[in-house]
This record gives sequence, structure tokens and C-alpha cells, in this order.
Amino acid sequence: MSELNLSRNTIHFAEPLPLQSGAILTSYDLVIETYGKLNANKSNAVLICHALNASHHVAGPNPDDATDIGWWDNMVGPGKPVDTNQFFVIGVNNLGSCFGSTGPMSINPASGIPYGADFPVITVEDWVNTQARLADKLGIRRFAAVMGGSLGGMQAIAWAIHYPKRIAHCIAVASTPKLSAQNIAFNEVARNAILSDPDFHGGNYYAHGVVPKRGLRLARMVGHITYLSDADMAEKFGRELQRSAGASDEYRFSFDVEFEVESYLRHQGDKFSTYFDANTYLLITRALDYFDPARRSEGSLSRALAEVQAKFLVVSFVTDWRFPPNRSREIVEALLVNKSAVTYAEIDAPHGHDAFLLDDARYHHLIRSYFQTMSEHQA
Amino acid sequence: MMRADFIAIAKWISPASQVLDLGCGDGSFLEFLGQQKPVHAYGVEIDDARVLACVQKDIHVIQQNLEGGLALFGDQSFDTVVLSQTLQTIHQTEKILREVVRVGKESIISFPNFGHWSHRLAVAFGHMPVSKSLPYQWYNTPNVRVLTVADFEKLASSLGLKVIDQCILHDGREVTLLPNLFGSLALFRIRRA
Repeated sequence: MSELNLSRNTIHFAEPLPLQSGAILTSYDLVIETYGKLNANKSNAVLICHALNASHHVAGPNPDDATDIGWWDNMVGPGKPVDTNQFFVIGVNNLGSCFGSTGPMSINPASGIPYGADFPVITVEDWVNTQARLADKLGIRRFAAVMGGSLGGMQAIAWAIHYPKRIAHCIAVASTPKLSAQNIAFNEVARNAILSDPDFHGGNYYAHGVVPKRGLRLARMVGHITYLSDADMAEKFGRELQRSAGASDEYRFSFDVEFEVESYLRHQGDKFSTYFDANTYLLITRALDYFDPARRSEGSLSRALAEVQAKFLVVSFVTDWRFPPNRSREIVEALLVNKSAVTYAEIDAPHGHDAFLLDDARYHHLIRSYFQTMSEHQA
Repeated sequence: MMRADFIAIAKWISPASQVLDLGCGDGSFLEFLGQQKPVHAYGVEIDDARVLACVQKDIHVIQQNLEGGLALFGDQSFDTVVLSQTLQTIHQTEKILREVVRVGKESIISFPNFGHWSHRLAVAFGHMPVSKSLPYQWYNTPNVRVLTVADFEKLASSLGLKVIDQCILHDGREVTLLPNLFGSLALFRIRRA
């Protein structure tokens, strides 16, 4: 087992970026972390795309805070399923996020104050364009794989569509080709919680020295419910009452925290509201809503995927009701119509949507084997 | 070890054709087929460990239960659909056969022949047969349907399936004399009439 070889960099892009919305971002920074070593012919690079609340910090301890372990540390590292002894792995913080890459909290060079509400709306395709520019800077012509879960999977799919020659494998875990009305509805509730917080100030709360914490907490609470399965919640919390040791387990007939699940959601919401930016939450949920590659081909996903050259690995989880197996099957079906290379696994894990982040032997064996096979065929 | 039906099935598949192997197991057949001739193939398998084995062999595999039908696959979208020693493990026999011929321009079905004389003899002596082609005890067999060559011909005819070719084997050799009595493994090449 060798070193993780973590390296963190901020990369400045001075060339203007035209966005899908028509807006243009004149310049921007992306923060990246890399793990492992890029080989001589630069053919072993794997791009990891993050979902809603994650960042470039995919694996290992944070160089600034050793207790902050990367969000996909069980997946990426030396000897892990995505083995950094074999692959050069890149984690990138997406544009519009709040962990160092240019986003609503950054200073708008045009005004000298934070972008706030003026930060342009970003789409999954915009992210993929910035990631392609990043690959150019690193001299990577073609990724061995682009991989992500949930919203990260959407980026992997968009890579396969828009840069077909630059990606050998597309790995989309717990993802979907588009949000359903129900998915958008949950996002809308979350956004509304933020927008209606008096501390939001139309998105320019930085100038007021406040953060719309209540809105962010609610947004996170409602989001979190959709990440867990009913069975998982029943198992974790059931109807357990929140009581200190020895306290009476009689109902208290109040609206304070009574049940464990309430305490858990409040804790998640509180934690989130201290580190996440409300404008970023709005941006990223909108990027989710807008993603619909089939829209440009009259609703036909197979036509949207017609130019794809990447081999696909699509993985879903049986208890995921946010992006359930049927949504992954839509991707598989479209690829089969095109006779594109695809492998599809449906993992019977109990943890709902969150399963893609968790350590499950079947899931991890599958990813490990997929990468091993990839590495053998590359050699 | 090479399964006896692999060679016979591979002979019926043209090079460069689109192949779908239903119940592909650990991918052994598709691996064998790929070594014989270039084909574009997918396997379908439900079992986690077997799906993993396919991934390790670089076989494109789709994890799903065949009992649910083949909704992922379009009409006549494959040159050949293979159902190799899988038919007898599926409850919804008629449904899967209809689905197989919907998806495949041609289909190849293989199954152990319950009508083999040794099986008949076992039953005559009061026991369910255990043999090379039916290697399980009655209480641990994955087979949920037992059928003979004659039974399959009858069902195929009632479902309007056309038998293009057939090959009945025993110990890897083709049996031409009284195949329903001397054959232990049946292969049928069928399509929609």
C-alpha cells in the first residue's frame, strides 16, 4: 500500500466562459485535489464529479484539518476500489460551489463585491465544459473514466455526450437522465425555505453580515429525508424518543424535539447551515432541475446518447427512492437502443440514495472489478 | 470445463451478430463465443456474484430478473437471443418464450431433457432423477419446470414458434436415434412464425 499522494491546487482560468444561459463568466478559479500519479502517456486519469454538497476533497485527510476525511474516501485511495496506485484521480470543486472555486461568495471583478444574486445560473453542461478546460490544462486528452454519484453521475453522462472522444468509461451511480416532477418539487421546497428566510436579502446577505441559516437548515432537512430510505430511517430511529439516560419516556406534549429522527434532522440542518452557502444551494438544485439531455432531441434519450463512445457502468440501489432503479434503467435502455457498451448493476442495499456514498461489499467489489478490468485492458 | 451446449450454440451464431444471452451466469458462454468469433454481446443475470464475474471477464452485463420480462429490450433488436439452460429455472415459461422471440430475430433455447431414459428409469424406481444434466436433489434444485423434448415441441407449436433447427445431445455428442429417449440436453433454434 503506497501513499495517497494528495495534492491541492487552485487553477485560474483567464479565458471567458460562455454559459448555457447566455451569460459569460470573464474569469474563474477551480480548486482541485489529485491523488496518485499521472502516467507518462496521461491515460490513467479519472475525474470524480461531486454531487450537491461535496467538494474537490474526495479522499484522505484534509491537509488543513486532518479530521476532515474526503467524501468518497471509502472509494478512492491506495488499494481502494478506485485504486490510486493505478489511477490518477482528480476531484474538482464545481463552479458556483462554496469550497474555493469561483461562486456566489467570490468577489465579482466588475463590482468589487461578492457576486451574490448576480452569479449566473450554471448547468451540468457548463460544469462539464469547465472540467474539459481543466483537463486541457493538465494535458489530459482523454479520461480513463469520469465517475460520479447522483448529480455527479449526471456530469459523467454529460461528459459522454459532449466530449465523446475524451472519455473511455462513464460511471454513473444512483443517477438519472432527468429529474421527475417529484424531485423538482423537493428542490423547490428547499429553495423556498432559503428564499423566504428574512436573512436572505435577495441573495446579497454577505453585505448584511448575515447568513440565511434557518432557510439552509430547512433545505437540508427536507433534502436529507430524500437521501434515506423508509426502512433505513425505521432502523436508525424508529419511534425512539430523544431522552437523556434515566429520563422518563412519557410524551412531553410539546413541539420541542420529541423523537430521535427530529433530533437527527435538526443536527444535520444545523451542521450544514454553518458550512454551506445558500446561493450555492439554489444554484446546484437548479442545475439538477435543468439537466435533461434528451430535451434537445425531442425527448429521445437514445438520440441524445447517439454519439457516445464511452463504455458505461450504470449502478442503482434498490431502496433509492430519490433516483430509483427505474431511472437508471432509462439510461441503460437508451444505450441498448444504440447498441452502446453498457453494464448495469442493481445493488440491493438498504440505505436509499445515500448508499452510493456508503461502504457496501457488493457495490465496492463491482467498482473495484470494473476498474481492475479497465486497467488490464489499458495495459 | 466447457459445457457441451456451448459449441453447438456457438455454431448457430453468425460472426458480427448482435447477441443477447439471458441468464448468462458468470459470462462463460459469452467469453467462449467471443473467442470463437467477433460478436456484439450483452448478458442478463440477476445474481450479484455472477454479475461480478461477468464484469471481471469484461462482459457487458445487465442485472435484472428475467421473470419481469424484457422491457429494456426492443422488438427484434438482437440477431440471436440465447436462453441457455435457463428456461427450466423460470416460472413464467410462456411469457419468457414470447419475450425471447419478440426481442430476437432468432433464438436459441437449451434445457436438460427430463425424458432421457435414465431419468425415466429413476422415476420408475420411485425417485426424482439426479444426473449430469439434472445434477440437483429435488429439494435444492434451481429448476422450477421439468420438461422433455416432446413437451417443448408441443409448447413451441402452441405459441406459434417456428423451429428452424434442433440438436439433441448426450455427453456432448448429437443423438439422432430417439432423441427424447437418448438425449440429455436439448437445443432448439426458433423464431416467430
